This record gives sequence, C-alpha cells and structure tokens, in this order.
Amino acid sequence: MKQYDAIIIGAGHNGLTNAAYLAKAGLDVVVVEKNEYIGGAAVSRELHSGFTYSSFSYVCSMMRQTIHRDLNLTRHGLLLVPYLGTVNFGDDGRTLVSYHSKEVAYNQLRRHSPHDADSMFRFQTDLTRYAQLIRKTLLRTPPDPTSFRPRDIREMLFLAKEFWALGEKELYEYIRFFTISAAEFLDDYFEDDLIKAAMASPGIIGTALGVYSPGSAYILLHHVMGDVDGNIGAWGLARGGMGAISNAIAGACQEHGGEIRTNAGVKQILVRDGKAVGVTLENGDELRAGIVVSNLDAKRTFTQIMDKNDLPPGIYDKAKNFKIRGSSGKVNIALSGLPKFTGVPDNRYIDRGGQGFVGSLETMERAYDCWKHGRWSDNPFIESVIPSAWDPTVAPPGKHWMSNFIQYCPSKLADGPWTPEKRDRFGQTVIDKIERYSPGFKDLIVHMEVLTPHEIEAGVGLTEGNIFQGELTIDQLLFNRPFPGYAQYRMPIKNMYMCGSSTHPGGGVSCACGANAAREILRDLKLPNTVPKDDCYDE
Amino acid sequence: MNTEDRWAGERLKETHFHPRQAVLNLRDAWSSWNGYKFADYYYDAEYEYFCVRNSCGTYDICPMQKYDVSGPDAEAMLNRMVTRNIANMMENRVTYVCWCTDEGRLIDDGTIFKLGPEKFMLTCGSPCLGWLKKSAFGFDDVTFTDMSDGIAALSIQGPTSCEVLKKLGLEGIETAKPYDIMHFPFHGSSGDTLMVSRTGFTGDLGYELWIAPELALDLWDALYASGEDYGIQPYGEAATNMARLEAGFIMPEMEFNEALKTVHFQHDQTPFELNLGWLVDFKKPHFNGRRALLQERDKGPEYTLTKLDIEGNKPAEKAYLYSNKRCTRKIGYITSAMWSPVVKANIALAMIKTEYLQGDIWAEIYYEKELRQTSKVAKCTIRKKPFWTPARARATPPHAY
Ligand SMILES: Cc1cc2nc3c(=O)[nH]c(=O)nc-3n(C[C@H](O)[C@H](O)[C@H](O)COP(=O)(O)OP(=O)(O)OC[C@H]3O[C@@H](n4cnc5c(N)ncnc54)[C@H](O)[C@@H]3O)c2cc1C
Repeated sequence: MKQYDAIIIGAGHNGLTNAAYLAKAGLDVVVVEKNEYIGGAAVSRELHSGFTYSSFSYVCSMMRQTIHRDLNLTRHGLLLVPYLGTVNFGDDGRTLVSYHSKEVAYNQLRRHSPHDADSMFRFQTDLTRYAQLIRKTLLRTPPDPTSFRPRDIREMLFLAKEFWALGEKELYEYIRFFTISAAEFLDDYFEDDLIKAAMASPGIIGTALGVYSPGSAYILLHHVMGDVDGNIGAWGLARGGMGAISNAIAGACQEHGGEIRTNAGVKQILVRDGKAVGVTLENGDELRAGIVVSNLDAKRTFTQIMDKNDLPPGIYDKAKNFKIRGSSGKVNIALSGLPKFTGVPDNRYIDRGGQGFVGSLETMERAYDCWKHGRWSDNPFIESVIPSAWDPTVAPPGKHWMSNFIQYCPSKLADGPWTPEKRDRFGQTVIDKIERYSPGFKDLIVHMEVLTPHEIEAGVGLTEGNIFQGELTIDQLLFNRPFPGYAQYRMPIKNMYMCGSSTHPGGGVSCACGANAAREILRDLKLPNTVPKDDCYDE
Repeated sequence: MNTEDRWAGERLKETHFHPRQAVLNLRDAWSSWNGYKFADYYYDAEYEYFCVRNSCGTYDICPMQKYDVSGPDAEAMLNRMVTRNIANMMENRVTYVCWCTDEGRLIDDGTIFKLGPEKFMLTCGSPCLGWLKKSAFGFDDVTFTDMSDGIAALSIQGPTSCEVLKKLGLEGIETAKPYDIMHFPFHGSSGDTLMVSRTGFTGDLGYELWIAPELALDLWDALYASGEDYGIQPYGEAATNMARLEAGFIMPEMEFNEALKTVHFQHDQTPFELNLGWLVDFKKPHFNGRRALLQERDKGPEYTLTKLDIEGNKPAEKAYLYSNKRCTRKIGYITSAMWSPVVKANIALAMIKTEYLQGDIWAEIYYEKELRQTSKVAKCTIRKKPFWTPARARATPPHAY
C-alpha cells in the first residue's frame, strides 16, 4: 500500500492551503474530500445555467495577502476585486450608504447626524487600532500561556509588547472590548439608531449572539480586521466566485505535486499505538500516511471520524461541548434583472455595492429572540450583495444573482426537525422581506438556493451549520481555540493535526489556519518552513 | 452685469467627450494634458483601475497628439525619423515606435497608423510638430497636419471591451488582431465613419476608437448604452498609471525625460537604456541617431530599465537602489512603483547601472506612518516579463472575459 507523507481530510480552503505548503516543502500529500467539489464553504457552483453562486461564503477580506502572493494565486486564476459600499435600510424608511469614498461618506453621515459624522472618525480610528493588533496574530501560532518553552515565552512577549504599545488607557479599553456587546461599544460613539444598527451588523454575522450580547463587539472586529490591498475593513469579491480562491490554492497545491481526491469522504482516522497512521474512506479504502491533518471542525473531527477509545480522556467531552451553534442561513437568488431599491439613487456607485437590511438595533435583537426560541427570525437581518453587478463572469449580461446572508436561523427548530417544506418557508420569509424594500423583486427571480443550517451542515459538513467552525467568543479564541492546551494545531494523538477554522485565527476565508498548521507540522518534521511571514507588520 | 468670461483664454480646453465626463467626475478631480482639462480620476482611482482589469473602462485620449503625415515621401520620411523599420508595414496596421536625436537620445515614443500607401497617422504624448518638420529635411513631398483637436479619440480597455464593441454593432471586431485597424459605419452613416484600432496602454485586452468630433457624444452615448451590462466606467490618469506600470510600459517624466526638454548632459535616455532595443533596427538604411545608437549597442547602455518585485508592501516610490543591504553602494533609482492589486506584489520600474544587474539589489524605501518618517531596506528581485500579461490581451478572437 502506498504510504503518503501526509493526508489532509477535507478540501476546504484551509485544507488546501495546508496541503499546498506541505507539498511545497517536498512532502507527498493527498487531500481527501467527501464532496464532488472542492473548496468547502469557499466554493462557486453553477446550479442554474449561466449563474454561478458563491453558495456559502460570498465576500473576502481576511484572506492573507502574503499567501496570495507567496502561492502565486493570481497566476492560478485568482483576482480579488474590492466592491463599493453598502446601502443599509432602516425600519423608518431611511437609508444609509457606506460610500467607498471618504468625503462622500462624510457628507452622507452628516445628513443623518452631524454628531455621528464627527464620531465616525474616532470610531474608525479605534477600530483600526484594535484591528491592527489582531491582524498581527493571524499568521502566528498562539503561545501556550502555561508553557515555559522559550518559543512560547517569546511569543507571549511579542503579544505583551504589542498590547503595551497601545498605551495604558487603550489597553483597558481593549480588554473590555472582548467582553462587551456591539451595541454597548457603539453607544460610546453614535446617537443615530440607523447608524448604530448599520455599524453593529457585522457583530452578529455568523454568531448565535445578539447585538446586545456580550462578546458581539469582538465579532464586529473580526469582520473589519481584514483588508483588500491594505485598505483595512474593505471587502472584496473573488472574480468567478469564492471558489476561485479554493481553485487557485488547489492549483498551487498541484503545482507542487499535491494530490486532491474528491468523492472520498473519510469514515475514520486510523490510530495505532497512540499515533495517527492513516484513514479509512467511506468506500472502505484505506490510506496510510505519516501525518493526518483534519480540516473538519473540532466537534466533527473528534466525535464523528474518530473512535472515542483512541482518544485520551477528556478530549471527547471537550469536543462534544465545543460551542458551535448554527445561527445563519443563506439564500442565493438568480434574477432576470438588477433589482431596484426604494429610496436608493439609481447610480453605478451604489448599485454595485451591497445591501444591509438592518432595520434597527431593536429589530436585530428581536430577530435574535426568535433564534433563542428555536424559530427562524420572522423579520431577519439580511446582508446582501449582488456579485454580478461587479463580476461579468457569474451571470449572463444584464442578469444577476444576489447573495443573501441571514441572521438568524437555528439549526434545531423548536417544532421538530427541518423539512424541505420548512426550508422553503424560510426562503419565503427572506424574499418577502426583500420585496418590501424592492417592489417587484419577486418577479425577477428565476432560481433560488435556500440553505438553512441543516443544508449547510449536510453540504460542507460545518457542524450545526456554524460558519466559523466554532463560535468566536473569548473562551474559544487565540490560545483557547479550539480547546485550551491544543491551540498549536497539534492534537492529543501523535502525528495528528488540525488545520480548519476551528483553530486560530478562526472562521473566514483567510488561509491562515491552514498555513499556520503547515508551519507547525514542518517544524515537527524538522523541515525548512515554507510558510511566509505576514506582510502587515509595518503598517 | 457683464457675463463675458475674462479668463476665457486662460482656462483649460475641454475635450470632445467633456460634457459626459464632467457629469461623472463626482470629485472634480481634474488635471491637465496638452492644454486640455483631463480627469485624474472620476470617483475612486482604485475602483476605476479594477474596471480595467475586471470589466471595462474608457479613457479619453483626445489630448494625445495626432498628426496626419501624408504624401509620396511620407513613409521614407517617417522611416528616417523613427528607429524601427516601418517600410514593411501593412495598411490598417499600427506599430509602436520611438525617435531619437542625432546623439541617440530618446525624444518620445508613440504609434504610427498606416492608413494608406501614402497616408500615416503619428500619435504621441507631447507635441512634436517642430521635430516632424525638422525631420522632413530633404523630403519635399510630405505634409503634416495637426489633427489633435480634429479627431475625437476614446480608449476602451478591459476584459469585456470586445463584447461591448460587438454589442455596439461593430461586426467582425473580434477578428481584429493586436495592432489591427478596422473601419465601421456609425449611426446610420455609410462609409467608414468610425476607426477602431486594437491598441491601448493597459497591457490588457483593449481598443481605441477614432471619430469626427461632431459624432463624439453620439459615440459615447451608444458605447455606454452597450456597455451598461458589462461594467463600463470612465477612468482617468491615476488608474492608467497603475495599469501601465503592471504592463511594464514607460511614461515620460517617470521613466524617461524627453531629450529635447533635457537640460543636463545625458539626463535623457537612449532606447537601449529603456529596454527598447527591440525598436531599433540597424538593418534599415540611415535613420536619426543611428551612429550613436550603434555605439551604444556595442558598448552597452550605462543604465538599464528593469522590472522589480520588491519584498514587503511599501511602494518604493523614489527609492535609491543599492548593491548591498547596508546601502553603501548606490546602483540606481526607482522610476515608478506601486502595490499591484491584481498581482498582489510590490512592483516597480527602476533604472539600474547595467554592470550591477547580476548582483543583489536592495531598495531603501522611505514612507510615512502618521507623519513620522520611517525607512526600510527591502530586497528586490528582477522580473523579466511584464507583471500582468493576461492571455486575452493577445488572443484573437479574445475569449469572452
Ligand atoms: C453561509 C456561509 C457564509 C459565509 N460567509 C463568509 C464570507 O462572506 N466571508 C468569509 O470570509 N467567510 C465566510 N464564511 C466562513 C468561511 O466560509 C469559513 O470559515 C471557511 O470557508 C472555512 O474554511 P475551512 O477550510 O476551515 O473549512 P470548510 O470550508 O468547512 O472545509 C471543510 C471541508 O471538509 C470536508 N469534509 C467534511 N467532512 C468530511 C469527511 N468526513 N471526509 C472528507 N471531507 C470532509 C467538507 O466537505 C469541506 O470541504 C461563511 C460561511 C458560511 C457557511
């Protein structure tokens, strides 16, 4: 039987990144993916002729530019394009456009509140300061705070130095920031509810927290710490859909000799004498390797594709209790034309951005209440973008597709399991809401893909449909991710590693988890490191 | 009140497309080119740059200089002026050329359009009527007409540009090869009202449209109607400068100083220094600068324009280059630099002393961090090919975006 150097379970973008870096170091690697397509939650799929959906993730900002450059992803077909600002819709009929251009944005904010227009400068400055600190940790392995190894101490010192550089006052603010809610954080800056709602919305995306829940301020930061070409907080589209990212990484992986197998779901990780030695596939095949890397979330890895008896005590329970709650839905809609929205000027600089159906802080909190009660929100928060308004390759000319991300939608319903009929009713709730802001919208619909947490889990195997492979709360961040003591990508079984978003720095299409894990693996193998240093240090 | 504009004579001229472009120039970001008011950008330079790389954009080239060069001696005269051999040019073809002083120093670069056996159009960035006349010494049967104000010209560049022109009704445009010229009727007119060349300054798929000024706005409107579903957007100087650098194209006052405007001895450049040796054809008979250029070829240029990929992400604008990391041995200077959003690399063009090209190259980059000046030393790697070379730029027909 062929012996590989490494098996990577799952061809999510992180698994592919991991494989690319191991292959670049000369290892003989194989990626095994259960689906017929690669990319996991970063995928492009043509489900209706001529329309290419980014079925799951849809915009990009956390992607490490250093990796894009280092793996030559442009040559492998990747083009990231920043898109213009978002129009936020309030319950009171007002709209707030976050223009791409600073001066224009300022004038527009003043129309809502001169006070808030002024505060926005301070808000952006503070967020950038926080973001800059976190950004520096993305392509680094978190230190183990309990260890006295020189490397951990060095890394702790690095973090301490970065924190101290904030100055005493900001240091306190920063620590507070990790535990407060998005709404509280924003209260210090803004008066206008629509402005607050618009700014708070990134704080609830993908999380089972509300705008008033402690911890949502950090989620907000997680969504603005990325950048496109150095513009922190900007978001971009991948030309050809998010799958273009995964496909480019796969190209780089193959260029270095890596092998990728689809329709090859892993049934179990094989452990012999406390060491991972390979995997058995769903079809019964067995593959052997010196190293096994899981791209699956922590819960799935330890509770579904491992034998409980192979695990040291405690780990199974940690995995079982890993906080990974589904809270989001996604509805992808093919349209026969560009929808028009009430109260939005008809011009290219606004048409080509996104839409945020935020309503108000109260509306968003009420939407969260539904989730708590095991229902999908009847008046949900929807974050939308029309990629085809920008990308000529994802819909026929003049036709469009709209990506709608919905908060909230629970993975378990109070009234029994998800059914196709319930899924469709959820989809209906979403288009009913959009129709209110865009009369005639429904007439444009030619195809819909409705994804509840149930479909997300069934499709890409994100447990409960949690988009981040585990909540991004302080108890599951940095050296606590996925579990305290296991934040350095090595798992309790020898020769076994994790490289998915369940590890630091968490969810989002960043390539960082996969790259960090590769660096640790190469270190253990005493091979030269192929993973580049991040380029964000002299910002 | 007297409403006469007392400053009418001092104001910048408006191009034939100005009425439409002014509406879209939300930021009033105007600069100037050859006396014309000229957009630096319209809304956001980076956005416009991405239109060129992702969909398509239009760039106003009315201010570019255009000369009709006609007559039985036209070809011979031009062939003596420029360094490239244009004697074998086919009709309805364009070629990129440069021309030099007797000392072999570059005066300007531009394009020659062969429109008939005795009819050419020369385009270039700066006025050159004076030099044309001087270069005609000894040729009696050639006339020069400055057409700069008399032709409306608009460049359309980017992956969807061919589709937009097809939608505009330009039948067969997809068969145009790079540097081809085609003629089309326009707006019900018979004959060849609209000239289209497959040329541009972005390194991407693109075309340039040439039409009579009175049809300029009709052309704009029709083009924008066709381009509506293909992401059409005007772009200005700032975006052009980004795109051309990725394509490795040179700019006056960046990579070269026009010889006729250079005060200091040899502060201008030769084609060899600018990596344009391929434009110099010693097989043809005498041409301007030939003897000096032969010498230059044999001894090798002192400097060579080089494409650099620089570590880190700080654009190396105006940086000095050294052969050692300690920055004690200076070997050249950066002429243009930027972060390339498509390639995701820190790119630059640089003039480097030829003898040092084989060794290490380090850039000392100065940048500012909230008013504090900082510097860093970054390693540079030479790139042989242009940074951005999409296959569609050369393919005929260009595959649909
Ligand atoms: C609806 C949605 C919207 C999102 N929006 C955004 C966004 O706009 N921007 C952003 O940055 N992030 C977004 N995210 C988050 C982001 O997509 C994910 O965090 C990221 O893609 C996860 O990548 P990964 O490689 O870590 O894991 P995954 O993409 O989850 O990859 C895991 C892979 O393992 C495979 N697999 C599972 N089980 C097995 C098995 N037994 N055997 C073999 N293979 C298996 C899966 O099929 C999958 O391919 C979104 C996520 C979702 C779900």
